[in-house]
Amino acid sequence: MKNKYDVLIIGGGPAGALAGKTAAEKGLSACIVEKRPAIGAPVRCAEGIGREALLEFIEADPRWISAEMHGAGIVAPDGFFMKLESDMAGSKVGYVLDRKFFDRELVWKAAEAGADVAVKSRAAAPIMENGVLKGAKIEYCGKVTDVRADVVIAADGVESKFSKWCGIDTTVPVREIMSSVQYVMADVDIDEHATIFYLGNDVAPEGYLWIFPKGHRTANVGIGISGKKSGEGHRAKDYLDKFVKKTFPNGKTIEYIPGGVSVCRPLACTVADNLLIAGDAARVVDPLTGGGIYNAMYTGKLAAEVAADCICKGDTSKKALMTYDVTWRSSKMGKAIERNYHIKEYLIKQPDEKLNEIIHSVSKMNLKEFSTISLIKEIIRVNPKLVLELGALAASLR
Amino acid sequence: MLKVHRDICGYCGCCVSVCPEGALELIDAYLSVENNCTSCGICAKVCPLGALEVVNEK
Repeated sequence: MKNKYDVLIIGGGPAGALAGKTAAEKGLSACIVEKRPAIGAPVRCAEGIGREALLEFIEADPRWISAEMHGAGIVAPDGFFMKLESDMAGSKVGYVLDRKFFDRELVWKAAEAGADVAVKSRAAAPIMENGVLKGAKIEYCGKVTDVRADVVIAADGVESKFSKWCGIDTTVPVREIMSSVQYVMADVDIDEHATIFYLGNDVAPEGYLWIFPKGHRTANVGIGISGKKSGEGHRAKDYLDKFVKKTFPNGKTIEYIPGGVSVCRPLACTVADNLLIAGDAARVVDPLTGGGIYNAMYTGKLAAEVAADCICKGDTSKKALMTYDVTWRSSKMGKAIERNYHIKEYLIKQPDEKLNEIIHSVSKMNLKEFSTISLIKEIIRVNPKLVLELGALAASLR
Repeated sequence: MLKVHRDICGYCGCCVSVCPEGALELIDAYLSVENNCTSCGICAKVCPLGALEVVNEK
């Protein structure tokens, strides 16, 4: 690690890795600092990603793909099971990754492109001079070093502190944090090529429970519930234990993964003077699905592209860096976040009876396209009165 | 004051994201509580494992 870089990246997850790789490819000096002693561990993720979304950034590699998905299933609160399959039987719609190896691969690609990488290296504070960000104080094995940079990219995840230290409010509202727990379970009877989602107030209040296959008789079995619904005796772990006891009494838990997933709107502004915020730290997780891998890679790459352009022009002020904020907000990802936020807000207010009704009616339809948006369009088509209830949302779908 | 049950904590950082004071920080596998903690209890509520507890000072 040197004392000065063009770009300093806080966090070695998918956002940080793509930022590092992109910055290096643009000819900038870049360093990724990761506070954990290892890239990719511990996992804080259900590891699912759509096929197209993944392929936009990297070719699928069996070394970090745990399972290929051909479809999905939704279990309504009344137990009714709705299967969603892609048009072509057996065709891949998505993957369940092995994040330990996937994240390593992404960081390796950043390193190969020329970025420096430092692990067990924590950004302990920003370097501020006359109120302007000039880098970060990096703690490594008890020693603190000043690392200066023209631009800092904060990709420090859900537990992000860096932007907060720079004066940006990143606090997630209690009702919009998904309090989550996941077990990697072995020796379980599952559909090895379908992701299954369980809905309902008794199963996962204002959230969902998932089974994401990880290979032969192995799966990520997890749950996210609203922070608002969490409390002593009824926490995410309590709900998951209840489900596992009933559904997989003979399964063996081989990994224990707690976590938090933000389902709020993204930060009001994701740039400041000499600062760009990407991935979970920017709160760009999809509020409906809780998926964040693609959004992290997309914003990480874009942040580095904008940083490179601004450094080249000699202006890394908030005004100049705003291109990043404006670009991702108007992107397909930005629009999907806004739309899915409305859908999430609608769905969490529905009683179980209404969710049953919606799922039963959708199951009678043949979905032509496998995506969240086509599912929502079908829901509205078979429940015309929803158009009135959804208000502004319906307009955004046309 | 806020008590961290370190035998229960899974150091996931869920609590850090909701702290309105910025009083929590996840230092690798160690959750640190700063002096500006107001014992509001929001973190204790959202913890997926129940590792945080607001206890009365004696």
